[in-house]
Amino acid sequence: MNSLIDRRLNGRNKSAANRERFLRRYKEQIRKAVGDMIRDRSIEDMEQGGEVKLPVRDISEPHFRVDQGGDRETVLPGNKEFAKGDQLDRPQGGGEGDGSEAGEGESVDQFTFSLSRAEFLSLFFDDLELPHLARTQLGDVSETKWQRAGYTTTGSPSQLSIGRTLKASLSRRVALGLNARGELERAQARLEEAMARGAPEEELAALRAEIEEWAGRVARVPFLDDLDLRYRHRVPVVVPVARAVMFCLMDVSGSMDEGKKDLAKRFFTLLYMFLSRKYEHVDVVFIRHTDNAEEVDEHTFFYDTKSGGTIVLSALELMNQIMLERYPPADWNIYAAQASDGDSFGADAGKSARFLAENLLPATRYFAYIEVPDSSEARKSSLWAEYEQQAASNFAMRRIHERSEIFPVFHDLFRKEADQS
Amino acid sequence: MKTFRNGATAEIQALERPNHPISTGSEWTFELIQRYDEVIARTARAYGLDTYPSQIEIITSEQMLDAYASGGLPIGYPHWSYGKEFIRNEQYYRMGMQGLAYEIVINSNPCIAYLMEENSMAMQALVIAHACYGHNSFFKGNYLFRQWTDADGILDYLVFARKYVMDCEERYGFEAVEAMLDSCHALSLQGVDRYKRPTPVSYREEARRQAEREEHARLQYNDLWRTVPVFDANDVPQDKESVFPPEPEENLLYFIEKHAPRLEPWQRELVRIVRKIAQYFYPQSQTKIMNEGWATFWHYTLLNRLHRDGQVTDGFMMEFLQSHTSVVSQRGFDERGYSGLNPYALGYAMMTDIRRICERPTTEDRKWFPDIAGSDWLATLDFAMRNFKDESFIAQYLSPKLIREFHFFAISDKEANPKLEVAAIHDDEGYRDIRRLLAAQYDRDNQLPDIQVARYYRDSDRSLLLRYQQVRGRPLAEEEADQVMKHLGRLWGFRVRMEEVLPDGTVMSYRQVDP
Repeated sequence: MNSLIDRRLNGRNKSAANRERFLRRYKEQIRKAVGDMIRDRSIEDMEQGGEVKLPVRDISEPHFRVDQGGDRETVLPGNKEFAKGDQLDRPQGGGEGDGSEAGEGESVDQFTFSLSRAEFLSLFFDDLELPHLARTQLGDVSETKWQRAGYTTTGSPSQLSIGRTLKASLSRRVALGLNARGELERAQARLEEAMARGAPEEELAALRAEIEEWAGRVARVPFLDDLDLRYRHRVPVVVPVARAVMFCLMDVSGSMDEGKKDLAKRFFTLLYMFLSRKYEHVDVVFIRHTDNAEEVDEHTFFYDTKSGGTIVLSALELMNQIMLERYPPADWNIYAAQASDGDSFGADAGKSARFLAENLLPATRYFAYIEVPDSSEARKSSLWAEYEQQAASNFAMRRIHERSEIFPVFHDLFRKEADQS
Repeated sequence: MKTFRNGATAEIQALERPNHPISTGSEWTFELIQRYDEVIARTARAYGLDTYPSQIEIITSEQMLDAYASGGLPIGYPHWSYGKEFIRNEQYYRMGMQGLAYEIVINSNPCIAYLMEENSMAMQALVIAHACYGHNSFFKGNYLFRQWTDADGILDYLVFARKYVMDCEERYGFEAVEAMLDSCHALSLQGVDRYKRPTPVSYREEARRQAEREEHARLQYNDLWRTVPVFDANDVPQDKESVFPPEPEENLLYFIEKHAPRLEPWQRELVRIVRKIAQYFYPQSQTKIMNEGWATFWHYTLLNRLHRDGQVTDGFMMEFLQSHTSVVSQRGFDERGYSGLNPYALGYAMMTDIRRICERPTTEDRKWFPDIAGSDWLATLDFAMRNFKDESFIAQYLSPKLIREFHFFAISDKEANPKLEVAAIHDDEGYRDIRRLLAAQYDRDNQLPDIQVARYYRDSDRSLLLRYQQVRGRPLAEEEADQVMKHLGRLWGFRVRMEEVLPDGTVMSYRQVDP
């Protein structure tokens, strides 16, 4: 009468569609929560999924309900000391435990759930208005590696392959000497036979001459000929360097406020994500500067305040120094992203631009400069004006007021790469 | 063990052989589950439990989470709120804040019971007894379920609902469907019938009644009636005629489905789907204590019986009792982990208590329950299961002994009194009060606001007038009410106004939406 069914093999993700609907519906709130998360996270952890907390009030489903207030009685279990008529103080925080509503459980005012890595990234990129094909190729430092590619007949003596050469020699000697050797043996046999029957001298002399000739031929096949020489062949192969270093340069003078830093952080993060997709290993160097530059850790970089003037050149020089010391351009793909509000004084801008053009741009794969002005109407800064002169193809610059403007900074570069390939 | 050629003989022999447990280990297999089910079924039949056939399905914990999300229904239409429910449960489960139920049982015919694969053999047996014989017989016997749910049709209806909703999404866009469902969900608590509507009278029946009335008039004929002054139709106040609906309607979704001026046919059908499903859950919300109490009582009774017959081992019983005890534990209101009255605890205690009153009544019981003290416990329990819901069940059967055991006390919270007052405790003076108040706590009228459709101005601006009847000064939750009003406005399409009315009829305040 009763039946027993094993359902364990049935689909188990029945709720996936509903979950997705939930995310879609509360996209705005979730996006905001993701924004907070981005602020709290280190650039390198940005790609994990994460826990999103939403205020329960925002996502609750309303119903007509009777509120606290008015007169009511509640029956509770577990009386220990009360007698009828006792007067009690009202518990703090409003409601006494109402038995009938208790099934709803604890009042949790945060609705917490986890986003998977893919969901997180999609929200993150969504915010930046990235096209779906954002993850295109980036430029490479290529390193030439020599790779074996069989054997050739020409080459330098150091590449001589003795085994192969001897093999060739042997086969040549066998091939060329075979006929002569056979003839020689036959001639000797005939000579012996002639001598045995006491043949006339002329015949013997002719046979001897013949033997001599064949013996000569056998001897003329050399042990090693030029033809036999075999060299290990090596061809140059272009291999992309699997390491990259990313320099984050930021002006941290007083005029860079939290909002500007947040934009910069997103910008740096985006670059980091592209790089980490592309390279096995990405180092990040944080250089902050006011009127002098220093290398700092990420937290200090984004959240420590420091006051002072602005000398951009100091940061560029420090970057150059670190690059030469620790990340030689031949071995590393070097990327740099600079964020500033553009305030610089006097000759600094001009010097910086020159230093950039002469020392840094030739060594870097890509140098991006974003300027975060106070408002979109703000006049272009002196640094901007100088940087604008740069014609190098691996240099990009943008003024950014909003997050959606971050991506286009990368855009030119990607398009160019796509055209080339 | 010997092999028998005939399975049925084997079963009987196994049953009749004492001290031969069905299984000894904790691992379950399909064969063992089948054996347990057969044995439990025999025992249950011996106690006269009347059940639908069961369909036992083994599922994984992920599938259990899926089932949770849709309120236990095996099939549901897509909606974000189910996604939210799923995410919440999943999160709690993963953080270890919440275990999963061992079982979910669905009121359908055949009665579907989900068993988790993680359960041990003892737990599976417990769950089979609990769900397939306890809940199952309750679904089949209780008057509310008999009246309001169609166990044969529910699965088909759910399949239809899902398909219909998805078709609508395809045709009208999922935003439109979602908006509609959101609005309906907001009113789902007010979308339940508590009384059967009279079925429409057929024409034949109408004609028969007409004839009956004429016959009655003919028999009553008396020439004297001619002298009575003729009733003047003009004396009737005019507005009385145009009042619609003639009687207030408390099922808001029903009223909207039938009368909302602006809804498309497909939208009406969506309203109907939400209403039907809300109605399906209505008996369950009214019988939590009874339903769980009944099922718990029976798994306890059935498994103990198996143990007495030597069909399960002592180890099995230890595991079972450990689980059973934690299920029926009730914490005091001031203890850690208190989360209201545990329906399993109270229900089980009451069922057991009724049996005790029947079998071993005390003087107190004879005074309080003269009609059941000393009667046949099976018949009494069966009667109680069939004819009550939580509210009336407590009002009828909660004994002073249980009030003492639970240390019940009532707190009275009066607006005028800055302090709370203990209204009654478990003493002679308080038993009746506590019983009355606890029963009232399970009365739907005390849980939900009384909101009814008072008027539909269908001849003028088509606006809808609702009345919230305030009881004992309890206000409506303002912020939420405003939200729900927006949903109402969306469904109705014209002005909706809700008045908060005092018991004497004065309108205290109103809120209004104009879509």
